[in-house]
Parts: sequence; C-alpha cells; structure tokens
Amino acid sequence: MSQKSILEIKDLVLNLGEKRILDHLSLEIWPGHIHAVVGPNGAGKSTLANTIMGLKGYLDFDGDILFTKKTVKEFSVDERARQGITMAWQEPARYEGLTVRSFIRAGADDKSEQNCRHALELVGLDPKTYLSRAVDRTLSGGERKRIELASILTMEPKLVLMDEPDSGIDVEALEKIFDAIQYLKNKGTTILLITHSTTVLEKADHAFLICCGQLIEKGSVDKIMQYFGQKCIPCDHKNEPKTE
Amino acid sequence: MNRDQLINALYESIGEACVTDPGIAHIEIHANKVLGVHLVEGLEIEADELKDGIRATLVVKKNTKIDQPVRICFGLMQKTGIQKIDMNIRLEENARVAIMASCTFPNAEEIVHTMDADIDIGKNAEYIYLERHVHGTEGGINVVPKAKIHLHEGAKFRTDFELIKGRCGKIDIDYEADCERNSYLDMVARISGRADDRILINERATLRGDGAHGVLRTSIAVRDRAKAEIKNTLVATAPNARGHVDCKEVVQGEAIANAIPIVEVHHPKAHVTHEASIGSVDSKQLETLMSRGLSEDEATDLIIEGLLSPEGQPF
Repeated sequence: MSQKSILEIKDLVLNLGEKRILDHLSLEIWPGHIHAVVGPNGAGKSTLANTIMGLKGYLDFDGDILFTKKTVKEFSVDERARQGITMAWQEPARYEGLTVRSFIRAGADDKSEQNCRHALELVGLDPKTYLSRAVDRTLSGGERKRIELASILTMEPKLVLMDEPDSGIDVEALEKIFDAIQYLKNKGTTILLITHSTTVLEKADHAFLICCGQLIEKGSVDKIMQYFGQKCIPCDHKNEPKTE
Repeated sequence: MNRDQLINALYESIGEACVTDPGIAHIEIHANKVLGVHLVEGLEIEADELKDGIRATLVVKKNTKIDQPVRICFGLMQKTGIQKIDMNIRLEENARVAIMASCTFPNAEEIVHTMDADIDIGKNAEYIYLERHVHGTEGGINVVPKAKIHLHEGAKFRTDFELIKGRCGKIDIDYEADCERNSYLDMVARISGRADDRILINERATLRGDGAHGVLRTSIAVRDRAKAEIKNTLVATAPNARGHVDCKEVVQGEAIANAIPIVEVHHPKAHVTHEASIGSVDSKQLETLMSRGLSEDEATDLIIEGLLSPEGQPF
C-alpha cells in the first residue's frame, strides 16, 4: 500500500445474487484530492460506494477495504462514519417531520445554529427558508441533495463518497454543489465522485474507469475523459456482469 | 407541598415556567384540587371538586376571539392515584379559542387518568385543542381520554394529542365527532410506546352536513413488546363531504401494531380516502443518519422523533 493512500480497495469481489458486480477490483485513493469513478450504467460504481460505506447487502465480499491503513471490513456504517467516511446518496432519503436543522445537526461536530446556517448558505439555500422545514416530500430531489451535502459539510469527514452528485439537479444548483465539493477539498477532505457524467468528471483531479466491476483504466481526468468518450460511450457492450 | 409549590412542580415537570402574563388565561389542576384559575374576558370556567377529580365547564362567549392560547395543566405528582376529569366545553357562535393542555404524571407507578369531554362548537366557532402528555419512565399509568364532539355549521375543530415523553403505559382513546354543514374537523394523535405499553385508539367522525370536511390522523411508534391497535372510522353521509383517514405506524423489536382505517360513504357526491402504513424504519433513512456517525438506536430515535413531531403532522 502506498504511503499516500487514504483508502485502498484490495482485490474486491462482490456478488449480488448470482451476479458478480465487483470483479477483483483494486484501486487507491489519495488524501485531499477529488477522485472520480466513471463508467457506464451497471458498471458497478454505486455498488463500490455502497460497499465502501458498508451498507446493508454490501457486507459480504472478498478482498479488503483499508481506510487510513486499517481494515474497515468488519465495521458497521456508523463505525466507518466515526472513522471519517461518509456518503451522499444519488437519491437522498426523505424524513417526515424531521427538520432540516435536526438533520444537519445530527452528524455535526459543531451543532450550533450558526454552523447549520453557514452550511446551508454554502450549498446555496437560504437558512431562513429551510432550517425549520421538514426533509420530506415537499422538498425537491435537488433541494434534498443540497441539504444532504450541507449535513456532510458540518460533519467535516475525511472521505466523502458522492453517488451521482448531478442527478436530478439543475445547472445553477449543480454549480453550488461543485462549490461545496471544492470547499470540502480546501478543508482537506478527500472526495470520491461516482458518475457517468463528463461534467462531473471534469471537476476531479484524478479518475478511475470501471466496467463490469473491473478497473479498466486510471489516470488524469483528460486521459480518462478521452477513453470514456471514445471507447465507452460508443461501446455497445451490454455491461452484463459475469454469471458465477 | 403547598399550592404554589404544586403549581411550580406541575410546570417544572413539563419543562415550562408558570404562566404569569395577565393576558393569558390558565388553570392548574392537581388531583381533585383546582390550584389556580385566571380568566380573560369572554372566557368562563367553573370547576367543582369531586372525590377523585374535578368536573369543569368551560364556555367561550359568543363572538369572543381569545388571542392568546389558554393554558391548562392537569397532573398528579405522586406515584399512585386517580384523576378523573369531566369537561364540558362550549364555544358559542363565532367564538374562537386555542387551548394548550399539559397532562403530567412524572412519577407515575400506578395512576389512572380519565378524561370525559363533551365538546360543543357553535356556528362558525373555531376551537384548537393541543394536549401534551408527560409521563414518567415506569409505565404505571392508565390514560383513558374520551370525547364527544359536535361541530355546528361552519365550525372548525383541530386537536393534536401528543404522548411522546416517557412511557405511555396503557392508553385508550375514544373520540367521536359529528360534523354539520361546512364544518372542518382535524384530529391528530401522536404516540410513542415502548416496553409493554398498550395503545388503543378508536376515533369516529360522521360528516353529516353538506360540505363538511374531516381528517383523522394517527402516527404511532411502538418498540420492544409494545402493542398498538388503531381503528379510525370516517363516515360521510352528505353531498360534498370530504374526508381522509391516515394511519402511520412504525414498529421496532417485538412490538405489534395493527391499523384499521374504515371509510363509509353514503352519498354519491361525498369523497373519502384512506391511507395506512405499518413498517419498520426505512433502511435508507437509517443508513444515511448512521453514515453521519449516529448509532442505529440514535438514528432510529431521531427518525421516530421526526415522524411523531408536530412538523410531521402539519395542520
């Protein structure tokens, strides 16, 4: 393992049912950078994020996940979070009755009102309008995505897994999300973007290309962008994972 | 404890200060003693002490609009006892009042608290009644609130029953409402049960007047070995009556919940809907909060707190 790695995925093999979703996948994430995992639909990108976070249904795998040089394989989601890993979902959860204030405070180190307000402002939402609202169906998916990101900002994690940060987001809101990602980076947080969007990929410092659960290529964003655009997007590969 | 100490203890147990604002009407009742009464213009309260409780009549006079919510604090500070409350509430035509009632039994080990209310809401009158219970951690309490409510033409009635703090013990709610033309009824119950608590709710409303509206909503969380049985019935017999029944129950551990929303429509121009959900806490909700470092129990508590909060049941 490189001295520089904050996260190392070692020969990860994960099956869901009869299907192999991650197939001997290995990669290293360096601290303080924005990394992107790109690949077509069904490549295993979200599965990778879910497995790193330790979500239910993604715990039974071969290989290992090392975070700050220690295995987190046996850790629950909250134990991983307390180590410094967190995640932003492609479609954030809704909570009836739970206010934005309570949601943001839940994971915050600094639970002050000022900190909650600051986090909302960073994602472009007016605290006066949002703090007392519930994180429920009255908020759009884009609003919930930004509120979720605000909660991550107050948590000050070491590593953020962001699954499809642009999904369901308008152009203006996406800029605010990119600003918040940059803010996290400036604070020393490592970001792993899960995406199939070249717009999101452009924001990364470094990228990995995966397909059928395997690492196809890694390197600079330009290199991966070229490969992705020229070989993946036109590819008629059906991304059907191997059957055991 | 003397009278003032008891009043202080009642308010302290619900985490609030005694009411001192002369513009706010209030009444404090401990066991079968009326400790304090302060009225405002247009509001009349008469109370008689009974052997195990009190009988009270509350009247809001015609055209009286009481701006500040009236505070009522009921309770028993001791561990055992009985408190029976017979309430006769009458809002005359065009009257308006909101009552914030707190029922506090912080040390309950073997307590029975019953409430028999007869509520008559006059033509175009508006009555809001928020009842919050604060119980101890032992669960030795039996709460039996019963109410018969009559809404005259154009009347509005909104009630919100909250029992979230402490063990609910055994609670048996039985409310019946009768709604005349163009009246509006909204009844909400939010209750959390744990250990071997028992929750029984039986609410019935009849929308018998043209254009009457009614909503019956319950949000219940049961954990451990607690049990909940909810039966909400909405009957519409008039044209343009509109109603909805909504039961939400979250079940954890070995708890058991059942919900029966019943809708009956006796007129082709009436429309009543219902919705019931019983389930555990959603895994995405849970994992999102756990990914912020909350333990599973902490995350569950926060999700249930939200579900049972007033924000989860906006009027």
